Amino acid sequence: MAEYSFFSLLKNAWNGNRDWKPAWSKAEPKTDYDVIIVGGGGHGLATAYYLAKEHGITNVAVLEKGWLGSGNIGRNTTIVRSNYLLPESIRFYDFSVKLWEELAHDLNYNVMFSQRGILNLAHSPAQADDYIRRGNAMLHGGGDAEWLTPGEIAKKVPGVDLSKSARFPVVGGLLQPRAGTARHDAVAWGYARGADRRGVDIVENCEVTGFLREGDRVVGVKSTRGEIRAKKIAVAVAGSTGRVMKLAGIDALPIESHVLQAFVTESLKPFVDTVVTFGGGHLYMSQSDKGSLVFGGDLDGYNSYAQRGNLPVVEEVMSEMVALFPGLARVRLLRSWGGVMDMSMDGSPIITTGPLPGMYLNSGWCYGGFKATPASGWTFAWTIAKDAPHAINAPFTLERFHRGALIDEKGQGATPKLH
Amino acid sequence: MLITCPYCGPRDLAEFSYQGDANRPRPDQHDTDQARWNAYVYDRSNPAGPHREYWQHAGGCRKHLLIVRSTLTHAIESVAFAGAQGATPRPARRSPKSRTKTGPAKGKKP
Ligand SMILES: Cc1cc2nc3c(=O)[nH]c(=O)nc-3n(C[C@H](O)[C@H](O)[C@H](O)COP(=O)(O)OP(=O)(O)OC[C@H]3O[C@@H](n4cnc5c(N)ncnc54)[C@H](O)[C@@H]3O)c2cc1C
Ligand SMILES: [Zn+2]
Repeated sequence: MAEYSFFSLLKNAWNGNRDWKPAWSKAEPKTDYDVIIVGGGGHGLATAYYLAKEHGITNVAVLEKGWLGSGNIGRNTTIVRSNYLLPESIRFYDFSVKLWEELAHDLNYNVMFSQRGILNLAHSPAQADDYIRRGNAMLHGGGDAEWLTPGEIAKKVPGVDLSKSARFPVVGGLLQPRAGTARHDAVAWGYARGADRRGVDIVENCEVTGFLREGDRVVGVKSTRGEIRAKKIAVAVAGSTGRVMKLAGIDALPIESHVLQAFVTESLKPFVDTVVTFGGGHLYMSQSDKGSLVFGGDLDGYNSYAQRGNLPVVEEVMSEMVALFPGLARVRLLRSWGGVMDMSMDGSPIITTGPLPGMYLNSGWCYGGFKATPASGWTFAWTIAKDAPHAINAPFTLERFHRGALIDEKGQGATPKLH
Repeated sequence: MLITCPYCGPRDLAEFSYQGDANRPRPDQHDTDQARWNAYVYDRSNPAGPHREYWQHAGGCRKHLLIVRSTLTHAIESVAFAGAQGATPRPARRSPKSRTKTGPAKGKKP
């Protein structure tokens, strides 16, 4: 019987819920592993899970400096989508959506993946052309995309200001029906439990403070819980990439750390049943199962490792929200917070062997690493197990920046503000 | 976050636009070494702590500024005009009134 099922729920309800095991155990670090994963965010935990499940590598430790879910995996706006233009991105993110579709079954954990669709609103004929081109690329790559007229948008999202007098009138929208949202911390907990049950050690409150070297080779880590050796050391620390890689003597990377804020309102009755994005500025919004509107906008825009932002962005995001949904003007904001983003110079991630022998790097997730969690873990596990990338992540190297083989969705050139 | 512009005094963050990392020396324009240009365009030191960076007082005097700011706390250590001579810091001025006279460049006809 699966650990979580209708029958196990009944049985435990009968027993006063005394027999549940903790979802993962608080492991003490051993002195030696086959693989150490630095960073217990979504990507680190998913990597550990797929290493165990797909490759039978279970002598693995995930070292997390805080508690599970304290990083961006617990701070994001939970949007899952694969509405990309370039073939490399479409292949990677569509693979991720396919893993999402089976994830709750695979993990035997309800990650509340809800394919409610994402609607990108366009506000000028040029933007509409651009979105339609992207929609065609998505269809061509085997994905799903639909173009909605303002009339169709009025039916789907009644709250949107579709009047001609809007500051940025809506001319249409690109819908990806298979996109949606998921419960972010359930994803961390589900992967943690799946990895734990397969023998992985999940070590919390264990900060990596240095790397053990034998010549060029990385052979272990120094941590706040002692020295730990391993044949392979994988780094998946998202916004902390710069800091952690400096410990290994890598002083420069095509990455900057920036702060991104998110916001939730008080709970409302069902108001919007899809993810909506505003193309006149930068805003994305959905409604959680509790009824809160969950939304965010642009980066604050300056380098930051502080997990908090400043007021100009708060003001800007609120004004965009009210421009798009005038009816929300008097809704109260409950909370806001910030997370540190690993912004790569072309807006695409890095999943690769190296840059030092014995090391593996997973980084550069920008605004969009939550949706990538399953595919990132799956391909990173493959890369670690086989010492070579899978075809799906082969384009996402570190050298691509120096070879001119960028994966630059917007064709915008080197800037750490893409996604 | 308040930034004390050496010209205008303390002003709200909203008036400034960020221009990025000031730690990267731009290679000489006649330099044809690809590795140096690649490093200049793509690689960042991305420190957690004091960071030398450019800002522009876009909603004010429009001067470009060289600022040292902590990326951990956002606290600003120093603000100076970003000058051609590698931006030597100048003392902050209290108000626009005390500025030195520099009239528009002469002799240029449209
Ligand atoms: C406000 C906000 C909104 C977002 N919205 C979306 C969205 O809607 N859709 C989407 O797809 N993505 C979104 N993202 C991006 C997404 O959350 C991230 O890209 C993704 O979570 C990063 O991967 P991760 O889960 O592994 O990161 P994290 O959860 O940050 O994991 C990294 C972990 O490494 C640990 N660590 C750091 N240094 C050390 C050390 N020295 N030793 C040990 N451990 C260390 C950290 O404590 C952390 O737990 C958003 C991000 C933010 C901040
Ligand atoms: Zn000024």
